[in-house]
Amino acid sequence: MNPPAAYTRVAVVLHWLVALAVFCAFPLGMYMHELPLSPTKLQLYSYHKWIGISALLLVATRLAWRIGHRPPPLLPGMPRWQEIAAHATHHSLYLLTLAIPLSGWLMSSALGFSVVWFGVIPLPDLVGKDEPLGELLKDLHATLNFTMLALILVHAAAAIKHHVFDHDGTLARMLPFLQAGPRP
Amino acid sequence: MKRLLLALLIPAHGVGTAVAAEFNAVQLDKSGVSFVSKQMGVPIEGQFKKFAAQISFDPNKPESAKAQIDIELASIEAGSREANDEAKGKEWFNIREFPSARFVLGGIKSIGSGRYQATGKMTIKGKTREVVAAFSTKLDGGKLLIDGAIPILRLQYGIGDGAWVETGTVADEVQVRFRFTLASNK
Repeated sequence: MNPPAAYTRVAVVLHWLVALAVFCAFPLGMYMHELPLSPTKLQLYSYHKWIGISALLLVATRLAWRIGHRPPPLLPGMPRWQEIAAHATHHSLYLLTLAIPLSGWLMSSALGFSVVWFGVIPLPDLVGKDEPLGELLKDLHATLNFTMLALILVHAAAAIKHHVFDHDGTLARMLPFLQAGPRP
Repeated sequence: MKRLLLALLIPAHGVGTAVAAEFNAVQLDKSGVSFVSKQMGVPIEGQFKKFAAQISFDPNKPESAKAQIDIELASIEAGSREANDEAKGKEWFNIREFPSARFVLGGIKSIGSGRYQATGKMTIKGKTREVVAAFSTKLDGGKLLIDGAIPILRLQYGIGDGAWVETGTVADEVQVRFRFTLASNK
């Protein structure tokens, strides 16, 4: 069986939905935790959690989809180290986009705040109330996030490099409207 | 002297049934006052660690029960340190001016099988409102356990003023829950 030549439309849509969730939840998280207690703060925390749980579901869907629909191989002609770096980054990002919402959910449970998804669906507490554990998970949540931020920068920089300098179709595979890279 | 008199009187009256006793000694270490509020649809539990309670309750004469509960608002545990500080402030309980809340029992109506409905007056932040409590009682090892709740509307007392008046974030309704263990003072 030949490997697929392109990402499925579903895979592309899921990728960008997760990207959107990260793009919203990350700055929101950075901003909200500095705020003094106010209705706005409580609302933002809820939105952040709703986006996070949505991201968790989206990533789980991505992984399930990926099992049934293998992604296309990297374009030929890349140096070996780049291939290794690309795979390592992709796999780490999958892992982080799963671990980050999970650590947030765990943190919320440990700090004694249940998560009610979109204010409607109550989610179970993953652990009992345990403030020291909650503080630990808070640090973990932050550390995982900054690791993800670094990897996203690498990921995006690599995609732009492929498009702008290598003029290959790497970025266009995820941004179908781009078609192939602009050739000088 | 009073005690001695009571000690002499009680056996003379209360030999009818095993539960023919007035329970009137609240065991604070086996009692609690807590509350559940809803923030963005999320139930958040809190409690008041310090309160005083004078209760007398005779299962055979529930209508003659008396109760007064005084809650030390500074002892609030609202879920986080930040929330505790906020709750003590002017917009919430304003404990500097109103250090305690009080519930005084009005009347009790039995609704069967150890369940009761009580009315009373709740005073918080200088505002007194009529409230209705539902509770049940249970005998346990010679002690009486009282377990119930009083739904209140926080805005009726001005709890959560300013930006918090809006109820989309913190709901107006708060369930105040209580649990008292009463011994009979012989």
